[in-house]
Amino acid sequence: MNTVPDASAVAGSAASVAMPCAHCGLDVPAGLLDAVAERQFCCTGCRTAYAILHEHGLGQYYAFGEKRDAPVRPTGKRYEEFDHEAFHTLYVKPLRGGLCSTELYLEGVHCTSCVWLVERVPLILSGVVRAELDIGRARAHVEWDPATVTLSAIAQQLDVLGYPPHPYRGVAADEMRRKEDRAMLTRIGIAGALAGNIMLLALAQYAGWFSGIEAEFERYFRVISLLLTIPALFGPGWLFFQGAFASVRTRRLHIDLPIAIALLAGFARGAVNTVSGSGPIYFDAVGTLVFLLLGGRYLQNRGQRAAADAAEVLGSLAPNAARVVDAGGERELPVEALLPGMVMSVRAGETFAADGDITEGRSAVDCSLLTGESRPEAVGLGARVYAGTVNLTGPLLVKVTQAGEMSRLGALLRRMEESARRRAPVVQLANSIAGWFVAVVLVVAVVAYVYGLRTDPARALDNAIALLVVTCPCALGLATPLAITMGIGRAARAGILIKGGDAIEALNHPGLILLDKTGTVTEGRARLVRWEGTASVKPLVAALERESSHPIAIAVQQAWPVIEVLEARDVQQTVGGGIEGTVAGRRVVVGAPTFVARRIGAEEHAPDVRIEAFAEEGLTPVWVAVDGVLVARAGFGDPLRADARASIDHLRALGWRVALLSGDHPAVVRGAAQQLGINLADAVGGASPEEKLRRVELARARGTVLMVGDGVNDAAAIAAATVGVGVHGGAEASMSAADVYLSRPGLGPLVELVQGARRTMLVIRNNIIFSIAYNVLGATLALLGLLDPLIAAVLMPISSLSVVLASWRGRMFDAPVFDAPVAAAADAGASSGVPRMEPSR
Amino acid sequence: MSVMYLILPLALLVVFAAVIAFVWAARRGQFDDLDTPAMRALHDDVGDQKKPPKD
Repeated sequence: MNTVPDASAVAGSAASVAMPCAHCGLDVPAGLLDAVAERQFCCTGCRTAYAILHEHGLGQYYAFGEKRDAPVRPTGKRYEEFDHEAFHTLYVKPLRGGLCSTELYLEGVHCTSCVWLVERVPLILSGVVRAELDIGRARAHVEWDPATVTLSAIAQQLDVLGYPPHPYRGVAADEMRRKEDRAMLTRIGIAGALAGNIMLLALAQYAGWFSGIEAEFERYFRVISLLLTIPALFGPGWLFFQGAFASVRTRRLHIDLPIAIALLAGFARGAVNTVSGSGPIYFDAVGTLVFLLLGGRYLQNRGQRAAADAAEVLGSLAPNAARVVDAGGERELPVEALLPGMVMSVRAGETFAADGDITEGRSAVDCSLLTGESRPEAVGLGARVYAGTVNLTGPLLVKVTQAGEMSRLGALLRRMEESARRRAPVVQLANSIAGWFVAVVLVVAVVAYVYGLRTDPARALDNAIALLVVTCPCALGLATPLAITMGIGRAARAGILIKGGDAIEALNHPGLILLDKTGTVTEGRARLVRWEGTASVKPLVAALERESSHPIAIAVQQAWPVIEVLEARDVQQTVGGGIEGTVAGRRVVVGAPTFVARRIGAEEHAPDVRIEAFAEEGLTPVWVAVDGVLVARAGFGDPLRADARASIDHLRALGWRVALLSGDHPAVVRGAAQQLGINLADAVGGASPEEKLRRVELARARGTVLMVGDGVNDAAAIAAATVGVGVHGGAEASMSAADVYLSRPGLGPLVELVQGARRTMLVIRNNIIFSIAYNVLGATLALLGLLDPLIAAVLMPISSLSVVLASWRGRMFDAPVFDAPVAAAADAGASSGVPRMEPSR
Repeated sequence: MSVMYLILPLALLVVFAAVIAFVWAARRGQFDDLDTPAMRALHDDVGDQKKPPKD
């Protein structure tokens, strides 16, 4: 995952000279440039991280030359709960010698330099014995000496370096899966070694068949083959017998059944023939089949694994602690210890740890995690708040109603997991075909042999052998997995990460594409789109908005990297209203039109006609008054991505119906639909995550559903869709729930995905047609006695090889089919360094 | 050709040793994480001044 490729170019055109931040490499906003300093920093977070690294002689971090995705934004949390007893019993494992160890999920790790830095924490903090990062799972294993350092200190250090840690909540399940994984690998290793050697022995026997072999050695080879096949079949191969037994017991046809029959039949016949000293032995086929099937199953499990990880990541992102208020005052409790009825205190900027009702205080809540609605919602006494949403402006007391698994977030996660588990992968189909194929071939071979004995005893054995050799399930078994693997590899190089083959197959049946609006077809953040009024008040507004972290304020800061640094005094924020204060001796009010009107005493006037006009364009109106006079009107919106329209037209041309499904306000969604040429009936706004999930499930009954989204609020819908797609810059949860993750911004990669999947499927179809044709032709020739075993032996690898070549040469994702001017529409006024609002905080 | 009776069991012994080695590695978790160790190799290449106190 790389940084936005054109970020620097855009910023470069805005500021006269763009200076990279010495730590994160992103451009420093013009207002923060320090002309005399040797190094420039984009924020205090980066400055601190840089200082720490240099102090400890870790300046080499910068030698990797990899940019961070975002500037370092320490959360400033103190992580006190990491030292709590309840936390330790749950997540900390004592080691020998008085050391402790734990697993932490780290946000923001993505590249080599991250691995390097995290693993050098022992150099920065004494008492930390070891830190090891698994970059694929974003998980750090930390060992420390509790006598010298506390876990909270380690957590704070990681936070300051830009990797906010979370306890990893899936350790138990993870341990189990790891064991499963290792057992499977062991099976594959044993089966592979045995199959290889059985193959070698078989080769010697085939050679002997043609050039003559002493009966003594032939018998010797056969016995050794038998001795090697027994452990292969009843060791690693036992898995298939277990599956077959279960299939018989539950009376449901399972792919393991034909496989087990074929394996057992081949083995029994071969064993009998070995003892009797005549007739073919099928040990090479049996051994290879066990090996290949196990390998296929292992790969398939790994694909499914990724989807199941999603819930754990999400769980890890929920806050770890809550401050509970009771008779004894305030105390910190781990989330696990929260019970309904407890009252927790939540400060501004904190995330709610559980669902509950507000008993004291007023504030604004950012619900984007659950609803996708980007505008904060004002809440007061008695209002219900949910775990995972963020308290923005004022302190609150909340009486807990549901905690942990029972919370709305917890329930959402469970449903996501269930949907993820329900999927059936396409590789299974290939396996079952190979199983039946083997069974059929064995039967045909036996029939042909018995029949041949009566008509032409001399050639009966030759023909049967030729049949067995020439009909090879390999080409058939390889046709699908190989093409899919190749397709996935090619796609990954194009920045499209596909987790399973079933996605590729599903994408070949055009159906409905559901696009989330915020962050998917739009850029996902408020931007200053319109400014009506004098430019001279801009510094006043900017000075005021610097004091706030409201999305609108952030948009202002981005739009005008401060022209001139002014001091704002007596700053006051009103939830759902605006912000006011004194700048350079002038009274400045910025906020919603009604709020501003009230402040300047203009409410009795007729309502401003411009409000209507702004709303029609889907813009949030913000008025500016200075010294009691309305001087400017600003419109904020979330602009559409530059390539959205073209991509959607392209997808329609490919036969898909495109619809919008968003948690944002219906009017805004309709506005976006209009610009994108989407039927208004297909533009659904105000959808909660549960509603999204319901709509996806409804649509699935009618055909393929492709759900594209970026937020945690889309995660359940993404997991439930036939194919779920997470887009660049999205929340970790949506990425993990998705079958496909687009690591490049914009919708262009989505078009490439659909087209690439079509090409991949074409290659698969060709492969299957070829191998069926080959097998039918070969079998016919062999049965007619026209095929010499020698020629059959030469043909067999050629068939597999041609399938491999066809898959390898197929240009599935190579050519960029679709180029969109992504950079062109990026707002010239925007600085690039500010990341998307991450709902994970 | 009777050398076969010696060489084949010997070859199988070697295979057996390889399988044991593989099983040992798999059980030890050598195949659990295939991405990060590749990156660590790069780190050493850049040249650490101070090695982390790993045991």
